Amino acid sequence: MSEQGIGARVLRKEDKRFITGKGRYTDDIRNERQSYAAFVRSPHAHAKVKSIDTAEAEKMDGVIAVLNGKQLTDDGIGNLICGWAVNSKDGNPMNMGAWSALATDKVRYVGDAVVLVVAETQAQARAAAEAVEVDYEELPAVVHAVDALKDGAPQVHDNAPGNLIFDWGLGEEAAVDKALAGAAHVTEMKILNNRLSPNPMEPRSAIATYDEAEDHYTLYTTSQNPHVARLVLSAFYQVAPEHKLRVIAPDVGGGFGSKIYIYPEEIACLWASMKTRRSVKWTSSRSEAFLTDAHGRDHVSTAKIGFDAQNRIVGLKVDTIANLGAYMSLFSSAVPTYLYATLLSGQYDIANIYCNVRTVYTNTAPVDAYRGAGRPEACFLVERIMETAARELGVDPAELRRANFIRQFPHETPVIMTYDAGDFAGNLDQALEAADYKGFPARRAEAAKRGKLRGIGLASYIEACGIAPSAAVGSLGAGVGLWESAEVRVNPVGTIEVLTGSHSHGQGHETTFAQVVAERFGLPIDNIQIVHGDTDKVQFGMGTYGSRSGPVGLSAIVKALDKVEAKVKKIAAHVLEVSEDDLVVENGEVKVAGTDRSMAWHEVGLAAYTAHNLPAGMEPGLKEGAFYDPTNFTFPAGTYVCEVEVDTETGETKIVQFVASDDFGTIINPMIVEGQVHGGIAQGVGQAMLENVVYDEDGQLLSASYMDYTMPRADNVPSFAIHHHSTKSPSNPLGMKGCGEAGAIGTPPAVINAITDAIGNNDLQMPATPPRVWAALQAASAKIAAE
Amino acid sequence: MTEISMTVNGRAARASVPDNTLLVDFLREHLRLTGTHVGCDTSQCGACVVHVNGRAVKSCTMLAASAEGAEVTTIEGLANGELHPMQAAFKENHGLQCGFCTPGMIMSATDMVARYRAAGKELTEEAIRHELEGNICRCTGYHNIVRAIQDGAAKMAAS
Repeated sequence: MSEQGIGARVLRKEDKRFITGKGRYTDDIRNERQSYAAFVRSPHAHAKVKSIDTAEAEKMDGVIAVLNGKQLTDDGIGNLICGWAVNSKDGNPMNMGAWSALATDKVRYVGDAVVLVVAETQAQARAAAEAVEVDYEELPAVVHAVDALKDGAPQVHDNAPGNLIFDWGLGEEAAVDKALAGAAHVTEMKILNNRLSPNPMEPRSAIATYDEAEDHYTLYTTSQNPHVARLVLSAFYQVAPEHKLRVIAPDVGGGFGSKIYIYPEEIACLWASMKTRRSVKWTSSRSEAFLTDAHGRDHVSTAKIGFDAQNRIVGLKVDTIANLGAYMSLFSSAVPTYLYATLLSGQYDIANIYCNVRTVYTNTAPVDAYRGAGRPEACFLVERIMETAARELGVDPAELRRANFIRQFPHETPVIMTYDAGDFAGNLDQALEAADYKGFPARRAEAAKRGKLRGIGLASYIEACGIAPSAAVGSLGAGVGLWESAEVRVNPVGTIEVLTGSHSHGQGHETTFAQVVAERFGLPIDNIQIVHGDTDKVQFGMGTYGSRSGPVGLSAIVKALDKVEAKVKKIAAHVLEVSEDDLVVENGEVKVAGTDRSMAWHEVGLAAYTAHNLPAGMEPGLKEGAFYDPTNFTFPAGTYVCEVEVDTETGETKIVQFVASDDFGTIINPMIVEGQVHGGIAQGVGQAMLENVVYDEDGQLLSASYMDYTMPRADNVPSFAIHHHSTKSPSNPLGMKGCGEAGAIGTPPAVINAITDAIGNNDLQMPATPPRVWAALQAASAKIAAE
Repeated sequence: MTEISMTVNGRAARASVPDNTLLVDFLREHLRLTGTHVGCDTSQCGACVVHVNGRAVKSCTMLAASAEGAEVTTIEGLANGELHPMQAAFKENHGLQCGFCTPGMIMSATDMVARYRAAGKELTEEAIRHELEGNICRCTGYHNIVRAIQDGAAKMAAS
């Protein structure tokens, strides 16, 4: 390992601009004659739009245009779509309702955009938006997924009868029923997965500029995947042709999934820039973010797991209702299906699994992928029911897990996946050792002396990163391929630019990607520049989500490096008059093995561009591109141990120890990987104990600010102990697995298992706030008293 | 409109602004000091923290006119050429990921260290976590921010 290569804790190249205030986020950019957009949004969860009166607004100071959905539709701007087609069990396609960037006849959730105002200043735009009068006819609203399926529930979309989008299944139901009928023990649970708001600290923002002279559009936007944005904006929404639209995602302040999607605001701003011939800028307020950024999770499930007399799992049956909100967001259909049910085997050898998923419309914000996307829901369900079963069976939860672990790879589960590598018992052992699991009874007794209830909880998670290969996801309904592209440009002086289709919004690609190049050729990391986030620079890319930048994005770079190295060797072999098979590239030189003859790296670069002495027929230059389509998902896995203390008087819960043992395969930069895990765990603690999106029965969002939605603060989380126990993924050249989401996946069940262990009551839903914990504690005490 | 004048990062700044202009908007839109960020609309997140007359202030809660005559320091003015010890500590401890909350975190951290030093109190991990109540980070889980502030405090004491 070199000081700057794979495995080194290299400090981040990108940090200097961020710590000095020189980051360049979308809202920091201001164009010439910048105009500003404000949206008139529905205050009702469900209503007919009877009329829109913009006369007053149009007369106000600074107002440039007041635009509505009819104008948008008349201009041929298409509806927003869900890009993954999932069919019902009976073969019928999903019932996707129309979603116009500006609502025309009906609004379906609080925050639905109706009118766009463009003005000279932001204040003028907002003032004029206030003056637009929309006459609504209120309709009854439905908020909860279960209610949406009831007879007589308000209809959100006419073409989704009973609000059912699809009724989907995976696995063999009859086989599972048979296995459960013959089981020695069956554990059954109702499990809720609470709705969350992703909350990257940078609110969404878009600056759209139409250049009349060039007939060309430029969009700066807070995107995790600018090329996907360009594709969707052009091919599906017909806002601008793809070759005349440049999308730039500059510094982006966090995403967590919520910046994957192309939202109405980007569409409307691009269209408005063409209408007004002005650069149009919109930046979300935090309130708008709570209302309109795609939410995550929101599942209601029942699950049954059966064991034989030796405590081996014989079957798992799951029924889930997933709330997708008022419209189908870009990947909303895939999250509760192919990213969820496919992970229900967990780390366990389960012969029979069946999962039924019904997705429904409600009068709430759209729901889509949020850090983990489906996998946290699957992991929470599996790990809660495993812990519960262990308690019912009277066995150590760690040992029940161990007895059921998959130990042979590759392992094909009954829910599509083929796990390719792992050492689940190794991660469990490492976590138990690091957490001093054996010493827990003594710690519990000590806490009891202080009047605290101490509990311990485990979660052995598995997840799937880098969704692939493209042909497989295509066969399951995906509208896109899930490969990645890269281009490596070696300059005549030997410095290197790497253009990647991955996008960094906190992940540190400028450092980790450069480390891989530095290691490969033995070059200083400062001679390598990572370029991303601009469709005019990078030819194409699928972007960053699903922990795919390492396993997929870096693999594309490695593939391009292979091609560069091959050409470098050909050039050097020609100049040095040796066989290319005798050459090695190391320490910034191309050396003839076993001799002192060599060419410096920059000499090869110069030779490629002067082209004075190249092999016959070789093209000048040194630039190679590659597209990489993985052969399989990767499967990060591990065990988390959480230990809590509960105050019996208040129900206040403090996490006193949190230990993680992760298997991420090859790690490029442990410092950055640990940072990813820290952040994921904190979001997992948020889901488990603090965060909850709450709508009232009328569909008004009650948790629409940081005063009402509890974000994890520094004193809500402990310091974390992060350990690695790795097996290499055989599915990509570096053996990487992806580390961005594991923390958010493994943490919630570990926390809830610990709290329920502490209070002696398993009936506790997330978020486990002090009032809920206190109530569960009282119920447990009452039960003990009654017995 | 209100005539305002103040010193920002050691330089005189004058402007005529609408009466309701917030300090953060004056810094970002008039002076184009875009290192100070806006992450919420309820003064909870702390991305906009600057120093006004040596004290940490959420610049989204203060009118520009209220800073009349004040000495304002933003993240851009924290150091002279070299990195401030706290900036260096954030880098060296990987105390940032997306970087959006970072300027506010660093401005709060330097203020925190100065206040505890002035009061003769020890800035423990528990104290740091408590003091960060008004600064939200969604990326780091705070683990490395706490380490960075501990390290930055030590560096500031040594410098």
